[in-house]
Amino acid sequence: MTAATEQIGSWLEQFTNQEKSRFQNLREAGFKRFAELGFPTTHDEDWRFTNVAPIARTQFRVVPAAAGFRFAGADSVVANGPQFDPARLAKEPNPFVALNAAFTGQPIVLRVPKGAILDEPIEIMHAAVGADGPVAVHPRILILVGANSQCAIIERYAGTGLYLTNAVTEIVADEGAIVEHYRIQQESAEAYHVSTVRATLGRSAVFGSHSISLGGALVRNDATVVLSEGTEATLNGLYIANGTQHIDNHTTIDHAKPHGTSHEMYKGILDGKATAVFNGRILVRKDAQKTDSKQTNKNLVLSDEAVINTKPELQILADDVRCTHGATIGQLDTESMFYLQSRGIGRADARNLLTYAFAQDIIDRIKVQSLRDSLERVLFEKFHEHA
Amino acid sequence: MALLEIRDLHATVGDREILKGIDLTVNAGEVHAIMGPNGSGKSTLAQVLAGRDLYHVTSGSVVYDGKDLLELDPEERAREGLFLAFQYPVEIPGVSNLYFLKAALNNVRKHQGLEELDAMDFLNVVREKMKLMEMDQALLNRPVNTGFSGGEKKRNEIFQMAVLEPRLAILDETDSGLDIDALKLVAKGVNALRSPERSMIVVTHYQRLLNYIVPDYVHVLSDGRIVKSGGKELALQLEESGYAGLGIFDEEEAVGKA
Repeated sequence: MTAATEQIGSWLEQFTNQEKSRFQNLREAGFKRFAELGFPTTHDEDWRFTNVAPIARTQFRVVPAAAGFRFAGADSVVANGPQFDPARLAKEPNPFVALNAAFTGQPIVLRVPKGAILDEPIEIMHAAVGADGPVAVHPRILILVGANSQCAIIERYAGTGLYLTNAVTEIVADEGAIVEHYRIQQESAEAYHVSTVRATLGRSAVFGSHSISLGGALVRNDATVVLSEGTEATLNGLYIANGTQHIDNHTTIDHAKPHGTSHEMYKGILDGKATAVFNGRILVRKDAQKTDSKQTNKNLVLSDEAVINTKPELQILADDVRCTHGATIGQLDTESMFYLQSRGIGRADARNLLTYAFAQDIIDRIKVQSLRDSLERVLFEKFHEHA
Repeated sequence: MALLEIRDLHATVGDREILKGIDLTVNAGEVHAIMGPNGSGKSTLAQVLAGRDLYHVTSGSVVYDGKDLLELDPEERAREGLFLAFQYPVEIPGVSNLYFLKAALNNVRKHQGLEELDAMDFLNVVREKMKLMEMDQALLNRPVNTGFSGGEKKRNEIFQMAVLEPRLAILDETDSGLDIDALKLVAKGVNALRSPERSMIVVTHYQRLLNYIVPDYVHVLSDGRIVKSGGKELALQLEESGYAGLGIFDEEEAVGKA
């Protein structure tokens, strides 16, 4: 047996032994596709800097993802919605998405009715416990946001021990919807975290994505946003890695229709021997005239051994558009350090203060006050512990 | 005993020697002006005294309050009461003025064996000083120097000085880029801080500032050395005849003439 079939084989047994469910067709299509693709290797362009061999080599015991609350019409969405159509998986490019489908349990389905204004955010907490050997969870979330409604959704990921979280979130926002989506990843230091977020946004919808990656040994986030006419999308990201952590963010912003606006700002702080990847793809389709797109990736590298690979990927097929992008990689500014020290602030404190300040503007963009406050505390402590 | 004794101070940046033997004694309560053309080493001297590691002291000594100043880190110098008002105050986005200044003051207080202040006590301390510098309290919540006008930045420097109450303040071209109203305001703040215990070194290119901050002594720096020292009348003399009247030129010009 080759290594690849061996890796798939370890999942096959658990796949076969699953209790039968109404998702049987979906699961089978998922596993079939996963077996076709296998785990990606660094020969795949999309995975060049992220080696998932540690995930592929590990024998995980699949445990069900927490079953969420569901609205009354959820069953019909699941039965008839395109999101659960097995046929879709035949063309799925990402093996982790296919693997997620192969272990579909109870998907979390949220629907915000047309015109509804939710005052409070909806919070989904994923907690994993890697005990009695490595476990794998495959959370699946579908968020349907009705026209002209307004909501905020928070996904939190945390856990203890060694485990794999392989999460897939789909968001469909109808015309004029206003959606803020937060992903707060604070997995355990040993954990593997692979996530896929796909948002399809209707005409004039306003979408804010906030991706905060703090934990995990090996992390890969794929976020894809498809804009319609006049859609406004903002993607904010913050990744903080230390030790031997590896955090990879791949984003795709697909301007499919005219007059779309996208603003992307991802910031990273790397220390120790940490590595990170930012790959920002922006696609402006032929029809998408008057697109206004801005991408920025800023990295603060605090040690000699930390590595960041950052790459913009612009494909612009329309001619009347404005697209800008920029990436920076830098150390702490020596002038700022001296300024703080010259006021009596010690070197370590000055360093922590500036590092915190670098992250601050991403935190400031979070609109849910309680979440902003809790993250401020987390960061503050983080940058004082290794002073 | 002098508060500050500089003896034969030499300093380089890269391969270039900028300070070529500075001697200066500053006693408690004195205000010394250091004037000189561009490139004469004025700002280098200010930065060396504050501990900027961009410059390397190759020889000479600086004794501050009986201690070897050059042995101390920048933060230790600040805690010992040395303050540099920057020529170009640094913008620090993401750090509020309030947090920054509270951290600074508490570091200094801790060093002096005083209790650290909480946010309320701190606000009480700064309120008066803000009034002195005619600063809006909203400015405390803004990031350090970020989006400040040139005048606001310089005012913020003097405000910090008022809060930290140093024993030796070095003002590095605090007048540059200020209109006359802003200049008067900055001078008012500085003069309010003059005291028999507090010494100041005022570095400036122009005599104008010295109409408002009247020095006890004036020194003229040229090519890394103090070439002339005198009382406040020396500044006026310079105003009339210019540096050229003393046979001193801007560094670039001097090179051109050689």
